[in-house]
Amino acid sequence: MTRHVVIVGAGPAGLAAAASALRAGARVTLLDTAERPGGQYHRMLPDAYRAERNGRLHHGWARFDRLRRHVLGHPRCAWWPESAVWSLERSDPGDPAPPLVHVLRGPADGAGRDRLVLRPDALVLAPGAHDRVLPFPGWDLPGVYTAGAAQALAKGERVVVGDRVVIGGAGPFLLPVAASLIEAGSAVLAVLEANPARTVARGWGRRPWELAPQAGKAGELAEYAALLARHRVPYRTGRAVVEARGDGRVEEVVTARLRADWSVLPGTERVVAVDAACVSHGFSPQLELPAAAGCALRDTASGPFTEVDGDQLTSVPGVYAAGEITGIAGAPAARAEGLLAGWLAAGGAPAAPELRPLRRARDRARAFAGRLAAAHPIGAGWPGWLRADTVVCRCEETDFGTLCRAADDRAGGAARAVKLGTRAGLGPCQARICGPTVAELLRRRAAGAPGRPAEGLAPATPHHRPIAQPIRLGELARPPRDPHEKENTP
Amino acid sequence: MSPRIVPASSDAARRRDTPLQITVDGAAVAGVEGQTVAGVLLAAGRRSWRAGPSGAPRGVFCGIGACFDCLVTVNGERDVRACRRRAVDGDAVSTQSRAGTGEPR
Repeated sequence: MTRHVVIVGAGPAGLAAAASALRAGARVTLLDTAERPGGQYHRMLPDAYRAERNGRLHHGWARFDRLRRHVLGHPRCAWWPESAVWSLERSDPGDPAPPLVHVLRGPADGAGRDRLVLRPDALVLAPGAHDRVLPFPGWDLPGVYTAGAAQALAKGERVVVGDRVVIGGAGPFLLPVAASLIEAGSAVLAVLEANPARTVARGWGRRPWELAPQAGKAGELAEYAALLARHRVPYRTGRAVVEARGDGRVEEVVTARLRADWSVLPGTERVVAVDAACVSHGFSPQLELPAAAGCALRDTASGPFTEVDGDQLTSVPGVYAAGEITGIAGAPAARAEGLLAGWLAAGGAPAAPELRPLRRARDRARAFAGRLAAAHPIGAGWPGWLRADTVVCRCEETDFGTLCRAADDRAGGAARAVKLGTRAGLGPCQARICGPTVAELLRRRAAGAPGRPAEGLAPATPHHRPIAQPIRLGELARPPRDPHEKENTP
Repeated sequence: MSPRIVPASSDAARRRDTPLQITVDGAAVAGVEGQTVAGVLLAAGRRSWRAGPSGAPRGVFCGIGACFDCLVTVNGERDVRACRRRAVDGDAVSTQSRAGTGEPR
């Protein structure tokens, strides 16, 4: 019987997985929360814009467009846009079947969405990542955006966040964001990489022969750098946005030179008038689905990621992972992982000769991820940017001082008690934004406070969200529908 | 200056826009079909539309549905992520506030 492969996420990893699973003969259901495929990397304009040249805004558009048409038009592929996976229901212990996939289909956060359940033979998780932003005074002012938001708005709906913009943080992603804003007509005043040139050069320069196969990515970055130079946009290393100020909205940012550990070099502060600031210090993988499926995570210096073997298989039978949730490495890496995951999830032969170059590409991509992490680490000195009244949890407005006091309370300093006592991480975003930051701050306070009583309960992992996406009580009350043979009728 | 949409006439992507209109707390706001509710609000020059527990203003932060800063009520449905919901002509959007709601802080 034809295997049914369900793929969550239609970005570079998910689309590649779909193409590969179809090639291996499987029936595919491809889901994404967005209306159109592409993910964040190839975020398309809405149909209603009737754009003749969407490709002008993208790198590698022709290839993406061919792939998308092939996959979405394939007779064995059901494309489910606007579909949110809100729960994965694990099978009984000993049952090798992958979890059931509970889906809400319809307008984002709508009350009347269709509730459906899929019973896959194999599941490929490719949900991607979102920006990780460290807190700094004023980061909660309107007009301060994640770099990803500025790019999504520019590429996805042609909205420009401001006219005088500073982009800051860490990582090569700052460059395409600058390119998108320049293209859309903003004046980008500066792009600030927090790491010193030495760290960046050492990370990228080590074992240069490993970079050659990533020439595509390197070429893409070179294009962005040339665009910045053409527009005379300074790219500065060792400098960061350490404060945003304004009355009800951002009006100026304070930038400062940083030491290698990201502590501020006193006296180097500069005030720049802006109407928007875009910040990204890296990426947080969206781990709620792998966590819900029970997949083992692996801890790295840049936080936890989904553990996979050489076949992209997670620790849960029948559940594969591809793309940023296995390590931040960009679109080419995500494609290689997706191609492997899709083929193997579909029951394709693991020894098929065409897999050999894919495995090589994937391994090179993983090496690239390591290099990226080494070139753009998060320095340990960033908490020095914070003041007692700096908001850390945007939802609950828990400030740094309150968190420190709760952490230092000898009786209640455990992660769980701090969370309940300060409400940090309990707001609408469910710690998606502040979770890694709070965990890091508490870990450090604990390290500096010997003799703390042992915790009675293990701290909940910040990625454990039994309800992965919001569902309304009314939707929950309706019985779900099993779509089986009707899947091709949207 | 404030956020805005790239004019269709100068857009390299060559758009052909269809106008739409929504109301925000009763006031008419013009947008373009295909825009998210957040896109309509930003392009109309609004940077913030929600209040946090202390009354602090919130608008778009992450832009991709992770931060929940931009929540609005759309046609009576509360807690809709404005950055993820496409605006539909005639939508009645109202802004939300957590200030003084008695919700735990």
